[in-house]
Amino acid sequence: MIGIFPGLLNGAVITLQLLVASMFFGLIIGLIFAILRINKNPIINNFAYGYSYFFRGTPLLVQLYLIYYGLANIELLRNSFFWVIIKEPYWCAIIAFSLNTGAYTSEILRSAFQTIKKGYIEAAQSLGVTKKITFYRIQLPIAIKQSLPAYGNEIILMLKGTSLASVITIMDLMGEARKVNVLTFKPFEAFITAGIIYLFITFIIHNIIKYLEKKYGFQT
Amino acid sequence: MELLSFGDTGWGDELFFATLITIAVSIAAMAIGFVFALIFTPLKLSKNKTLNVIGNCYTTIIRGVPELLVIYLLFFGGTGAAMYVASIFGYDGYIEINAFITGALAIGIISGAYSTEVFRGAILSIDKGQFEASKVLGIKKHIQFYKIIFPQMLRLSIPNLSNVWQITLKDTSLISVTGLVEIMRQSYIAAGSTRDPLFFYSVAAVLYLMLTFLSMKLINKLEIKYSKGY
Repeated sequence: MIGIFPGLLNGAVITLQLLVASMFFGLIIGLIFAILRINKNPIINNFAYGYSYFFRGTPLLVQLYLIYYGLANIELLRNSFFWVIIKEPYWCAIIAFSLNTGAYTSEILRSAFQTIKKGYIEAAQSLGVTKKITFYRIQLPIAIKQSLPAYGNEIILMLKGTSLASVITIMDLMGEARKVNVLTFKPFEAFITAGIIYLFITFIIHNIIKYLEKKYGFQT
Repeated sequence: MELLSFGDTGWGDELFFATLITIAVSIAAMAIGFVFALIFTPLKLSKNKTLNVIGNCYTTIIRGVPELLVIYLLFFGGTGAAMYVASIFGYDGYIEINAFITGALAIGIISGAYSTEVFRGAILSIDKGQFEASKVLGIKKHIQFYKIIFPQMLRLSIPNLSNVWQITLKDTSLISVTGLVEIMRQSYIAAGSTRDPLFFYSVAAVLYLMLTFLSMKLINKLEIKYSKGY
């Protein structure tokens, strides 16, 4: 029972790496697409909407398979230098997770941008603050603060999503648990222990977000 | 396009039946989730501390661990447990539990946790005056629940249940790891035998998009229908 712990903890480290990397890239993607979504040009706007619709409307597993198995099918990509990245399951997982969480993050940020009171922007305008500074110093900080609770949920959803990496041969926490199950034929020990580790990580993330909300939370 | 033709040469009919399986598993899981939610919502709202803890444990644990973990646990653990029970009764053969049943049950347990939260929120948002009024009128507790609270709870939870439905529909793709031939598994098989994964996973993505789009339209209609007069 205790013997399975080191392996699972190694897996947990991989899980956390995947989570941090995809949350980081996902946040950048989400921010870009949220800004595109509030753009008034219908083509840009619809492009961003299409992106988020696709990634929120299909299962993460489909996206992962499309990138891991599907992209390798394109001759052009196989001969380019991208192949170095795409041939590694680890990077495929990060790309799929980042694009997926990016779509959800863009929706969270968009709704946060749209619920900012018009009065703030009007006040900034009447004070002669330029559009750029209004965006960076007023709209963006308020949007980030407002979207904290929803973003916390998204981090936890993504933590659960990283378990899919085990399907494309990555030895994350889930992969290690599967290995233990195959080697020992003890599904309950393997999966329940892994479940407890997942719950523990969820619990920590939940509390960090709660703390941030308390510290930087925004009351309107 | 030839790959998608019906009959022996194409994968059209296989993918069509796989789509039906996905819909069937989703509906079964949603129904099982409803049963779980109807059991655990009263527990979460109960004033009894122990019952409360049981209700909270269910939703917290299920929503805190990956969906894949629940599926594996039921799939691998379920077979072992069934064989253990059977061995008590003197049957030592190998028992394999149907992948459809395990899958629907696993996804049902997960969607039940989300539905529980939805129902709880809906009941809490019903005006307190209604509970008090029915008490004053001398309506018994269980009749109060079935005739007054329950119908309103259903109406109030339609928008959030549509979210749960979307999550459930997408979660069914995970059952493919246990070998149930739904959209994901069928595309995996097709991609393997034709060596064209890009095409077949794109088809799978389109099928899922169609399902989510159509169910969204349907639920919106339901919502409009049942919010008439409010």
